[in-house]
Amino acid sequence: MIKELGKWVDDRLPVSHFWNAHLAKYYVPKNFNFWYYFGSILLAVFAIQIVTGIWLAMNYKPSAAEAFNSVEYIMRDVNWGWLIRYMHSTGASFFFIAVYLHMFRGLMYGSYKKPRELIWIFGVLILLTLMAEAFMGYLLPWGQMSFWGAQVIISLFGSIPYIGPDLALWIRGDYVVSDVTLNRFFALHVIALPLVLLFLIGGHIMALHEVGSNNPDGVEIKTNKDEHGKPQDGIPFHPYYTVKDLFGLSVFLFLFAAVIFYWPDGGGKFLEAPNFIPADPLKTPEHIAPVWYFAPHYAILRAIPDKFLGVMAMGSAILILFFLPWLDRNAVKSIRYRSLAFKVVLFSFIVAFLGLGYLGTQPVTYWNTLFSRIFAFIYFGFFVALFLVSKFETTKPVPERVK
Amino acid sequence: MIRAIFIIASVMLATAAQGSEGYAIPLQHVSVDLSDKAALYRGALTFQAQCATCHTAKYMRYGRVASDLHLSDDQAKALLPPKLKLGDEMVNFMPADYAKQVFGVEPPDLSLVARVRGADWLYTYLTSFYTDPTKRWGVNNAVFPDVNMPDVFAAEQGVQQPVYADVKMPDGSTEKRLSGLKPPVIPGSLPPEEFNSMVKDLVSYMVYMSEPAKMQRMDYGPYVLGFILFFTILMFLLKKEYWRDIKQPES
Repeated sequence: MIKELGKWVDDRLPVSHFWNAHLAKYYVPKNFNFWYYFGSILLAVFAIQIVTGIWLAMNYKPSAAEAFNSVEYIMRDVNWGWLIRYMHSTGASFFFIAVYLHMFRGLMYGSYKKPRELIWIFGVLILLTLMAEAFMGYLLPWGQMSFWGAQVIISLFGSIPYIGPDLALWIRGDYVVSDVTLNRFFALHVIALPLVLLFLIGGHIMALHEVGSNNPDGVEIKTNKDEHGKPQDGIPFHPYYTVKDLFGLSVFLFLFAAVIFYWPDGGGKFLEAPNFIPADPLKTPEHIAPVWYFAPHYAILRAIPDKFLGVMAMGSAILILFFLPWLDRNAVKSIRYRSLAFKVVLFSFIVAFLGLGYLGTQPVTYWNTLFSRIFAFIYFGFFVALFLVSKFETTKPVPERVK
Repeated sequence: MIRAIFIIASVMLATAAQGSEGYAIPLQHVSVDLSDKAALYRGALTFQAQCATCHTAKYMRYGRVASDLHLSDDQAKALLPPKLKLGDEMVNFMPADYAKQVFGVEPPDLSLVARVRGADWLYTYLTSFYTDPTKRWGVNNAVFPDVNMPDVFAAEQGVQQPVYADVKMPDGSTEKRLSGLKPPVIPGSLPPEEFNSMVKDLVSYMVYMSEPAKMQRMDYGPYVLGFILFFTILMFLLKKEYWRDIKQPES
């Protein structure tokens, strides 16, 4: 009976085809390590953000007069409102932690290289959209940091020559961040950008499943197939990686829940203390700092003495990632078979990124600015060095098969 | 794997690092125990007696305090101002323009102040008023200079005396700056330990008030983490079972 119903549906909708193409007969390298957990973790975090977001939107009021009150109402009077809110706020930070680790994996194992350039480009587009999504979501609690953070970032657009002031006005819909801005950011945060993210994630995964996953050895498993046409170093995603990813996800959820229940402020980084003061357009906070996940880019912005050039540098810091597949001219993918020079260059890049992340949250001092400049130089220097090193480095022989 | 942990640890450390601000006296550490319901109730009574006349706590309801602290009807009634019901929010009846006239500013709502300032700051602030005749209320504060609030605990603590030190300015001149506090000339009605313990209870209550859900999350936390841990072990064993037939490469 159920079998017949299944067949009836399958004749009309490619359910079993989809199941086989993407899970049961989708072959994945068998040598994935720790770094390969973050893809599925990110999907789960995206789902958590969507679901908790829907429930928050049921009680949140997107108006300058009521926004702050409604968040406190959710925290105090809505049953389990505090849990949903903390899941969403912690989810935002964990989204970026997982995204940055996921991207680092790509850098280490050369997952952006031919034939996976489009996967990488989709990934950078996802990062950009996620940043916009997070930025707009951050305005919604309507606290002091929400308000002044948005004010500072939107005013950056104002520094663009000729069109800048009008562009900033167009984004805000008002001369200052106001009720109008809050209302439109709410619309973009809950409908427009999540839809864009959904399509981009779809594209990212479709492109991935077209060419197949890279792996820590950087070996193309499709080049070694057995007599049935199955990759010899590949195993079906389901059940092998469904169970493995479930394990990875539960470890992740343990850390996630530990923060939600015992450390939801994240030491003032996930929820910032000044954001518990309602937005006050007449009172600028002493120290306006971006949320931690924007801090590296903010540090680059501040490192440049000229505002417009700083904005350009901040934008380029992300846009340059699009060109990575062509800046790295070496065919060897994995860090395991690349030269010491590559390892040094990549390591410096990570140190610079973390350093910028720290400095971006600190007040401006002589030393902070100096180090921001050094780290920003290393950040951009990475791409130049990679372009040169990748051409001339001596690599180790890449094995035929996965080790 | 070890490298992975190292990198995650350094990300965490970098995000957790924070600077401290310079006050005239160091912040005193106070440990808040939200499971001590009796202390929280004492704090609530102090709050109603000393703070609630001028300040609101508009996100907090009397009934929530009563149920979270397991108060009896009589205990709950002791918190209620006349004409208010348990379901009401902690507002007050001081008109805003009158308050502004008296204090120069509208006294801020205190529902969330513990999340903004932190318990240590609140405790130090409430215990570090000192005499300063140049100010509107004859007092000043060591961690909140030129604050417009009177010393509401002057009767209990007595009024502390300032200690000034000469500080060399960059231009070579010297300026008198507050460097510490001396005990009051006329002692207050409470011995110092009792006074400090009263302020500690008050601060504990304010920490609770800034996030009542903290009690719930502390209660549920162990069960949620315990379940996820159990589930993780189950998934680990399941993975092991499924992967038995796969020859694992060195990772």
